[in-house]
Amino acid sequence: MANRLEGKVALVTGGTSGIGAGTVERLASEGAKVVFTGRNEDAAKSICDATGATFVKHAVDDAEGWAGVMEHIASKHGRLDIAFANAGTEHGDASVEDVTVENWNAIVGVNQTGAMLTVQHAIRMMKDNPGGATGSVIINSSMNAHRAMGNYVSYSVTKAAAVALAKSAAIHCGNQGYKIRVNAILPGVVETAMIRGIIEASGDEAGTRAIYEGMAPLKRMGEVEEIAGLVAYLGSDEAAFVSGSEIVIDGATTAGMMGV
Amino acid sequence: MSNLGNRRLEGRVAVVSGGLRGIGLSTVERYVAEGAEVVLTDLDDEGSDAVKEVLGRIGNSASYLRANVTEEGDWQRVADHVTQRHGKLHILVNNAGTDLTGPVETLSMEAWRRIMAINVDGVFLGTKHLVPLMAESGKDVKGGSSIINVSSIMGLVGMNEVSAYNASKGAVRLFTKGIAVEFATKQMPIRANSLHPGFVFTPLLNAGFQRWVDSGVAEKPEDLVAMVAGNTPIGRLAQPEEIASAAFFLACEDSSYMTGSEIVVDGGYTAQ
Ligand SMILES: NC(=O)c1ccc[n+]([C@@H]2O[C@H](COP(=O)([O-])OP(=O)(O)OC[C@H]3O[C@@H](n4cnc5c(N)ncnc54)[C@H](O)[C@@H]3O)[C@@H](O)[C@H]2O)c1
Repeated sequence: MANRLEGKVALVTGGTSGIGAGTVERLASEGAKVVFTGRNEDAAKSICDATGATFVKHAVDDAEGWAGVMEHIASKHGRLDIAFANAGTEHGDASVEDVTVENWNAIVGVNQTGAMLTVQHAIRMMKDNPGGATGSVIINSSMNAHRAMGNYVSYSVTKAAAVALAKSAAIHCGNQGYKIRVNAILPGVVETAMIRGIIEASGDEAGTRAIYEGMAPLKRMGEVEEIAGLVAYLGSDEAAFVSGSEIVIDGATTAGMMGV
Repeated sequence: MSNLGNRRLEGRVAVVSGGLRGIGLSTVERYVAEGAEVVLTDLDDEGSDAVKEVLGRIGNSASYLRANVTEEGDWQRVADHVTQRHGKLHILVNNAGTDLTGPVETLSMEAWRRIMAINVDGVFLGTKHLVPLMAESGKDVKGGSSIINVSSIMGLVGMNEVSAYNASKGAVRLFTKGIAVEFATKQMPIRANSLHPGFVFTPLLNAGFQRWVDSGVAEKPEDLVAMVAGNTPIGRLAQPEEIASAAFFLACEDSSYMTGSEIVVDGGYTAQ
């Protein structure tokens, strides 16, 4: 892969599986030095071995722990150019009628507060980059930011919040004169280990797979690599004029109705 | 751009309408640098100075055809030319466009029809006549062929005295979603996305700013540039290459799961 990201340092939260892991791999393959966070040390080890990235064990909603993550980046690389706020969960989510306040708070903590903390710490380091305040922050929202799910209220609400977070942060950076861009990506259903697990556990693998694949007019799920390609574009200088944008990548799932 | 010319479009054929100037020309240059062969169309005669200059610089990877995007017969000629010269087509950039400004009550029906013809009919006709070839060629490419329709941020939000242009670019945005869902539903290997530039330094922008100066909105074009830059979070206007890089992303396999989507390249202008 071309060295479009040579000389850049990247942070990926929730990088031990799924879209995060795919992005660690992609950014590294384009020449970036990558630091990623997450909770699964075993998975992290093989990703480090394969990509040369380094891992910091950290849960994104642990506010105090952020200092350690940023110290690692500062001492190892001395700068930050790309931050991918990717960590997210829908664990324990339910409809607005049924969701427990504990589960709601936990999901808000990871998806909303965790994303905010990522953007906040990224900007604080990027603004002091040697050579000037530059960088690109990408927030992993979801197509459900625009098409809320009835049975996943916390997920839908926090993913919509992530879009507003990207725009607010983009405008703030502009106001401050930082050359730091902030954008949100809104993926459709992506075939990650998590989705594969749900399919396998469903008792009707073929049927469940067909439901997921049928959601997109393209009649398939997205691949992790396809999302990582978008993150790489936004992280690179190719997207130097892209900020405050929300980019949907969903095989036309939310573009309209499939018709009859 | 650091990865310019990694030839990620090797073996691909592209058509770019309005390819002689501005965003279209930058896109042509980027595609050629990535290894694609490009057919560019515009209104100039085939032997014009601009055509000679562009083809002289780009060489054999590009060919030029005079084609008015509003004329169905011209698009038929484009399709024939592409079929004969290349036998395949993977990328279509419906880029040719024009603008129109002024208080709505003063716009002539003729001027309204003209902008709709260029900005909307042009996108429809280009799509209609090139889709059959693109559907064939798309079978060999991850994600299929790619149609990139150049809308504008003015296809997303309204602006004072820009109503006709707003309407035309809004039409491009939803036409794109319609064909994206249609092709996907039919499992035709063609993706379609719209590109929404903000303010970009091009001949079109210069002409538009000059018209505003003539009508007394500002003293000189530089004042308008400063005003727009001041209203843009990134603090400046775009260069055409920064739009071409998005047109490249949408053309290459990296965007293989994107269809029916929009990429806004506006320095944060519409995020506010
Ligand atoms: N420049 C901007 O700030 C900006 C912003 C948003 C969107 N856009 C859009 O980007 C596209 C390209 O614009 P640009 O700024 O590069 O403009 P430009 O005027 O510099 O280039 C447009 C090209 O299209 C050609 N063209 C016009 N009418 C045509 C017709 N009927 N048939 C064939 N070719 C025709 C022109 O001759 C010209 O070469 C347009 O669709 C425009 O609306 C531009």
